[in-house]
Parts: sequence; structure tokens; C-alpha cells
Amino acid sequence: MQKLASAIQDMAKKLLEEKKVDLVVGFAGGSLPLRSTPCFIRKPEDAEKLTWDYSCENNLANYLRKREGKVAVVAKGCDVRSIVALINENQVSRDNLYIIGIPCSGMVDRVKADEAVEGKDLLAVEENGGSLILKGKGFSKEVKLDELLHDTCKVCRYGNPVVYDTIIGDTVPDKAEDSFADVAAFESLSPAERRAALAAEFSKCIRCYACRNACPMCYCTECFVDCSSPEWIKKSTDTADNIMFQAGRVFHSAGRCADCGACDRACPMGINLRGMTRKMVKEVKDLFGYETGVGMGEKPALATFTAGDPEPFLVKE
Amino acid sequence: MIIAKNALPGLLDKLAAEYEVYAPVKQGAYSLYKQICNGAEADFGYVNSKIPPKGILFPQSEKLYSYSVTGEGTSLEECVDTRKKVIFGIRPCDAKSLLLMDNVFNNDKFQDPYYLTRRSNTILVGMACNDPAGTCFCTSMDGGPFDQSGLDLLLTDIGEAYVVEAVSQKGKDLAAALALGAADDSQKAAAAEARESAEVACAVNTVGLKARLDVNFYDPIWEKFHEKCLGCAACTYSCPTCHCFDIVDEAKDCNGCRVRNWDSCMFPLFTLHGSGHNPRTSGKERMRQRIMHKFKYFVDNFNATACVGCGRCIKNCPVNLDVREVLADIRGSEARSDK
Ligand code: SF4
Ligand code: SF4
Ligand code: SF4
Ligand code: SF4
Repeated sequence: MQKLASAIQDMAKKLLEEKKVDLVVGFAGGSLPLRSTPCFIRKPEDAEKLTWDYSCENNLANYLRKREGKVAVVAKGCDVRSIVALINENQVSRDNLYIIGIPCSGMVDRVKADEAVEGKDLLAVEENGGSLILKGKGFSKEVKLDELLHDTCKVCRYGNPVVYDTIIGDTVPDKAEDSFADVAAFESLSPAERRAALAAEFSKCIRCYACRNACPMCYCTECFVDCSSPEWIKKSTDTADNIMFQAGRVFHSAGRCADCGACDRACPMGINLRGMTRKMVKEVKDLFGYETGVGMGEKPALATFTAGDPEPFLVKE
Repeated sequence: MIIAKNALPGLLDKLAAEYEVYAPVKQGAYSLYKQICNGAEADFGYVNSKIPPKGILFPQSEKLYSYSVTGEGTSLEECVDTRKKVIFGIRPCDAKSLLLMDNVFNNDKFQDPYYLTRRSNTILVGMACNDPAGTCFCTSMDGGPFDQSGLDLLLTDIGEAYVVEAVSQKGKDLAAALALGAADDSQKAAAAEARESAEVACAVNTVGLKARLDVNFYDPIWEKFHEKCLGCAACTYSCPTCHCFDIVDEAKDCNGCRVRNWDSCMFPLFTLHGSGHNPRTSGKERMRQRIMHKFKYFVDNFNATACVGCGRCIKNCPVNLDVREVLADIRGSEARSDK
């Protein structure tokens, strides 16, 4: 990890020194255990702030729209998929972007770490081979790094960036096809059970909109939840409206969501948002054979039409 | 006075017969203050709750009144919540935050009946922090892990039991009603020792902060803090002192109600005018507002800082934008008094 970080620093420094870019978006060390923080480097001498490890969970594609000048971004596999999706939607110009791709074997889920120590206050984390030692006052617990990874990362098949200008780090091994077992389990429930499961989850929502704002694809100038005439959903925190908000968000990102998990990671209440987002990802994949952000120049699934597209919704059975 | 730990669930049951009792309840790895029906639901193995208990007095969504319009005219029904409540196990920082909120909801210009009625009907039973979290900085914000401000009773965990101190008359009355026994000398000594050894490791230097904020509205330093900020409300909704709200009507045909919802200065919509003009055009102005409101305007208005150092905004921010670092940066910045 240390080696990776210094290679990233060198690259950022070089790009800034040679004036190939005006800005490098990457990660700096954070103020909490298991936490890195997005950072913006404009001077070569500041490049030493850049870091890389299993705590670089934010999706930096979120910071690339509406930028002046040339920008380099330190991007792991899922960030790159979102970047590709944004380029395909004409939100980011490929010509002004320099992608420092980082093969990624997964990011740590802080909720899992908190669960591992039963909600006690985590003060420090040490690495021990393939494990992390989670420490706090009166406890020290060793947990396998693999067990702490985000569920997104466990099934992600695009840890190796699909597009890049330079790549730093060793390629990660290929993974088997995603079975969407989580979605299948949800689908197997009865409608009443599904409603109950969603209600249990979304009764926790505080409508902070961190999920929406963390999503690189949620970039509408006016979000439907903020609109007051007409008022699509209530502004108050009612479970049904919380579900509607999330359902609306997921529908709006159909064929655009890269299954990066940024929304889920941002949620302070630890709500499982991927249950919904992945249902849509699976739906789009099954219906259109389309995966978001894996092919440069592709038209988003819902922005195009082919004669072979299934239209089951038109068929009256 | 003393409460044996094994007697606590029974005592909470007894309280719940007369009051709405709110206590920390585990939800996954986190704790939240929830209304409990029986004492066994409460779990005091918490550092602090994920979201502050402010919502018990100032709910995230609160119906102020309902109305209906008929041929005979308009009728209004006000919704003032008069039920008696106990918040059991509130941390000292959160109790202090309510004193700060009182300034907003009860001052020369405004008295808010919704908040104030709940407030006067609520008893605050505090739980001292023997083991403050790494993100707690209450001692830098005029508080502390054993601070009694705003509390009615204060409990100290001594292992098998809680030593109870009455802070207010309300607290004394409640203790008398519960017929709490007296603590013996060794129990009192154990509580004193817990107080002695409780350590808030994190300090935030605020010397000169207000003076800086008084003059740095146009300082270039504000250009940088917001750059990574997502503009969500994870920080403000998890802050025990943030109190901004929005009022909307929820109506269907001739019936409706007026609802007050939490709002956040971090949302662009917060200052959007009907005309379409927005005086706070970017994240820069919004972040500046959040910091200024807490550490300058509130001080100007009420002579107190609107932060109690609970650390929730630090833990809940999805991009690790740490208010402690923002404050340190501001203190270190060159103050510009021009313009
Ligand atoms: S981040 Fe979580 S709590 Fe916030 S609005 Fe989204 S789902 Fe709700
Ligand atoms: S909806 Fe969630 S998982 Fe999908 S692209 Fe947006 S942030 Fe990523
Ligand atoms: S500003 Fe942050 S640390 Fe201060 S009271 Fe609010 S949430 Fe707690
Ligand atoms: S929680 Fe963090 S990202 Fe969200 S508005 Fe607050 S500072 Fe910005």
C-alpha cells in the first residue's frame, strides 16, 4: 500500500509539474480509523498528501463534472465505471481527463467494522498480514480483511479499471460472474414480505440525501424530491415516502447505475441501499444485456433502442 | 442515591407506566434513542447515539396543526404534545445542547409552544461518560463527561450499579417518587473515581476563533473547505444543536396539516427564493454559514457556541470532512478584515 501511495504521489507530481493537468483528485489520510478523505491537489509539492489503502471508499467520479481545465483522477475500478458512464452521458470530457487507474481488491466497510466490535468506539487499526486488528479502549479484535469488505466489492468484477491513461499497482484476479444471490433472495419473498423488508429498512432513513449526493449519476439540477410544485413526495420522514424517494432515485438511474455502492457507503444510518439499486442493475442486465460503464462510447441502455429489445410490459398475458 | 443494574429494567417499567420513556436502544451496531415500552429494550452499552435525542423535543417531522375547510367554515386543531416524558441515559453533551436550543425557541421575540411544552414536560436523566469516544471534544466546548448542565439527574456507572445525583428539583422529585436508596461511601467513592479517570483525549483549541470569524467572511480560506463536501444533511441532522426547520402544508382536498420538518443549511434549497434567486450560490457559502452560525452568529446572539463537541458530524460525514480540522485551519488562517 505504501508503495502504491508513493507511486500515486510521483505520478500526480509529474502531471502537475509538466502542466499536463491543473488538478489531481485523489485521497488523503483521514481523521478517523479506516477513513481516507477526498483531496484536491493543485501544486506539485502537495502531491505528498496523496495516499492509497483499503479505506479509499468514496467514488471520486462524483467530483469530475463541471470542472474547468484538465483534471487527473485517482480511480479504482468502480470509479472508472462511473467515469465511463459520465463520459457516455456527455457530463465529463475524456479529452480533459487523465485517469490514474488503480486495480482494487476491495474497500473496508466501516459498518462491518463497527459490528465486529459491537458498536464500541474504534480508536486504531493495525494491519497484520491479511487481517486488521481493530482496537479501542479495553478491546482488540483481529478480523480478516476479506470479511470487512463492502458487499459491493465482494461481487465486483471490475476491480481492474476498464479505461485508464496510466495504471498503478498489480492487476487483481478475475472474479466469477455475479450471481445476484441477494437480489434473488429478495425476489423470492412474497409482496407483503418485500414490503415489510423495505419498510423495516427505510423507517431508519433521515432524508439527509447523502446517498443521492454521493452518487455520481445523481446530478439533476433539481431533484424530484426537492421539487415543491408539484410535490412528488412529502418532505416529511414518512416510511412510505422514504421508500418512494429511494425507488424514484433507483428508477432514475436505471441503466446508469454502475453498482459502485457509493450511495450505500454514504448512508449514515447504515441502510441497505444496494438491495434496491442492484435489483435495477440485474433487471437492466437481464433485459438488455447491458452493464453500465464498461464500454466507452456505448449508449446508455435507456437512451437507445434496438429491434431486439424485449418489451414485456407491452405484452398482455 | 443508587440504582442496582439488575433493578434498572424494573425501574424503567415503572417509569413507562407514567411517562413516555426514551432510552438508548441498539439498532445493528448503533444506538438510537427510542421510546421503550419495557425496560429490557434499553441498552446502556452505548458510547452515544447515532442521531441525537433532540428529535424527542423537536421532531424531524412535526405536525403543528391540522385544518379542514367545510361549507360551515374553517376549523383548526392545534397539535401540542403535552405527554410527560423521560429521556433516560442522555449524555451530558446532549443535555447541554438542549440548553442551547432553549435560546432559539424561547427568547424575547419568540416562544415556541410546541418545543416549550415538550421541554417543560420532559425529565432528563443523564448518564455520565466514563469512557468518552475518540471524537468527543466536549471539554473544549464548555462541557465535560460529567457535566450536569441541563440535567435533572445524573447517573454514574460504577459496574454493578449506578450512583445517582439529583441536579434539579425535578430530579429530586423523581428520585423520591422512585424511592431510590442511598449510596454508601464506597459507592460514592467509586463514582468519584470514575469521574476522576474519565478522559476526553481530544481537544479543540478555540482561543481566538470567534475573533477570526468576526473578520474573515471574505477570506479565501472558505474556498477550500467545501470542495469535498457533498452538500447533504448527515452533519446537521446528526448535530444536537442544529435547529433549522422548514414549514410545509400537506393537504388533500379540503383537509390538511401544517408540518414542520428539519432543514439543513447544507442544502442548496435552503436559501432558494421563490424568484429563483439563491443568495448562497455554492457549497462555499453554505459551509461558511454552517461554521459561522455555530461559532460566531450564535455567540453574537446568545453568548454561547452552538457546538457541544459530541463528534457526531465527524463520524457521520460520508467524506470525512472533520469540523475539528476546519476550526484549526480557521484559527491558523491569516485574518482579512478588508471589504
Ligand atoms: S443516506 Fe440513508 S438516511 Fe440519508 S437519505 Fe439516503 S437512505 Fe436516507
Ligand atoms: S445508485 Fe448507488 S450504486 Fe448506483 S451508481 Fe449511484 S451511487 Fe453507485
Ligand atoms: S457541530 Fe458536530 S461536534 Fe459540534 S455539536 Fe454539532 S454534531 Fe456535535
Ligand atoms: S455531512 Fe459532510 S458531506 Fe454532508 S454536508 Fe456535512 S460536511 Fe458536507
